[in-house]
Amino acid sequence: MAILMQHELDLLKRELLTLGAEVEGRVKQAVQALLTFDSKLAGQVRDGDAQIDNMEIELEEECLKILALHQPVATDLRFIVSVLKINNDLERVADFAVNIADRTLDLDVTHKIDCPYDIATMAKLVENMLKIALDSLVERDSELAHKTIQLDDDVDNMHRENFSRVKEAIRSDPASMDGLIYYLSISRYLERMGDLATNIAEDVIYHIDGEIIRHGGIQRFSAGE
Amino acid sequence: MTATKIENPIIQVDDLKFYYPGNARALHGINLSFPEKQVTALIGPSGCGKSTLIRCFNRMNDLIDSCRVEGEIFLEGENIYGRRTDIIELRRKVGMVFQKSNPFPKSIYENVIYGLRIAGEKDKKLFDERVESSLKAAALWDEVKDRLQESALGLSGGQMQRLCIARAIAVNPKVILMDEPCSALDPKSTARVEETIKELRNDYTIIIVTHNMQQAARVSDFTAFLFEGNLIEFGVTDQLFVKPQNKQTEDYITGRFG
Repeated sequence: MAILMQHELDLLKRELLTLGAEVEGRVKQAVQALLTFDSKLAGQVRDGDAQIDNMEIELEEECLKILALHQPVATDLRFIVSVLKINNDLERVADFAVNIADRTLDLDVTHKIDCPYDIATMAKLVENMLKIALDSLVERDSELAHKTIQLDDDVDNMHRENFSRVKEAIRSDPASMDGLIYYLSISRYLERMGDLATNIAEDVIYHIDGEIIRHGGIQRFSAGE
Repeated sequence: MTATKIENPIIQVDDLKFYYPGNARALHGINLSFPEKQVTALIGPSGCGKSTLIRCFNRMNDLIDSCRVEGEIFLEGENIYGRRTDIIELRRKVGMVFQKSNPFPKSIYENVIYGLRIAGEKDKKLFDERVESSLKAAALWDEVKDRLQESALGLSGGQMQRLCIARAIAVNPKVILMDEPCSALDPKSTARVEETIKELRNDYTIIIVTHNMQQAARVSDFTAFLFEGNLIEFGVTDQLFVKPQNKQTEDYITGRFG
């Protein structure tokens, strides 16, 4: 029985990594389209999302099938639970890539204005977080997963900084407000992608170590608090 | 060994070694405490010593010629291998339900009160009360209340097993040992017996040996994993099945053994 399930688990892992690679690709394309004002590429990212959605559904069905047929326990159970959650997170990362593509298309119709912050650097950092999170899954390396989580602080700081810069830019050039707000949204999408990469890393840690570290672990409240 | 500490155990096993005839050691020094009014499952591959271990708790192994026990087992603080132990009384306190149900070829009613009768009890009113309460506790009352005088052999496999549970309960034991109680039952009967086990936990301590890992996970509060006559891990069931502390336990419950 275990051998049969192992085969299914191996397949599941391969499928999840395929989805991961596909989503990483979408993020890169969306950022490239934005940086080069390539509306054709942006359109491709937007139109290709249905494929990611299908992959997500198939993966979920695969997980449910293994749960029902093999009733996994211990590390196998934790793996399936992690896959279910990572699957969901990856699909949402792809949605944010679509959001970036949409704003790129919006920017294309408004007059092209310069971004008041460094999109490329922030995007690189987020792409790197995603990559490390997925590597930590492949390598079963919880240290690598912890590294992903640490990087999220940098992304959050960048977003805060970007917010201030966009605010200043709007003050000095109110006519460009529409485009600037699109850039602010893009910073927000990237920041959310960083959060999702963090979630993935947390799920990898749960799979490997069996520890739920989300929200700093379970909080104990004493009576009266 | 990875262990969870139990306060005030009902059964405490200290460095228990068990030898079958020919000096074949089956248990190599087990230390384990069983919490009161909880279900503890013993799991492990065939030949790991789990049945040998529970058969020590009511001294069923005494029936094997020239077997030998070293170490101590305390039931409510009394060493059951001590000189003054009354084995009949011990087996009243520690009842047992076997893999294959073994009702006597008597009526349902007589089966339930069998233990009381051989203990010399004659009070008809007590019999009636005990039959009803035991069958209710074993979740069999509603199915048999109108045919208590019919032969127990006419019951289904699942009903017979619950009758054996009722028979064990009727003498008011402290502990009920169950050795693979559902292995011969279909899923529906298994579910009824498992439900019964969960209910019984309110009044009795239950120790169950099972090969069915999912069953151990479903019905027990604590699980002990034995391998080759050693206790490998003992812990709270949901923790043991989600995050076992020991690699051998992990390998066994995920089926990657050997």
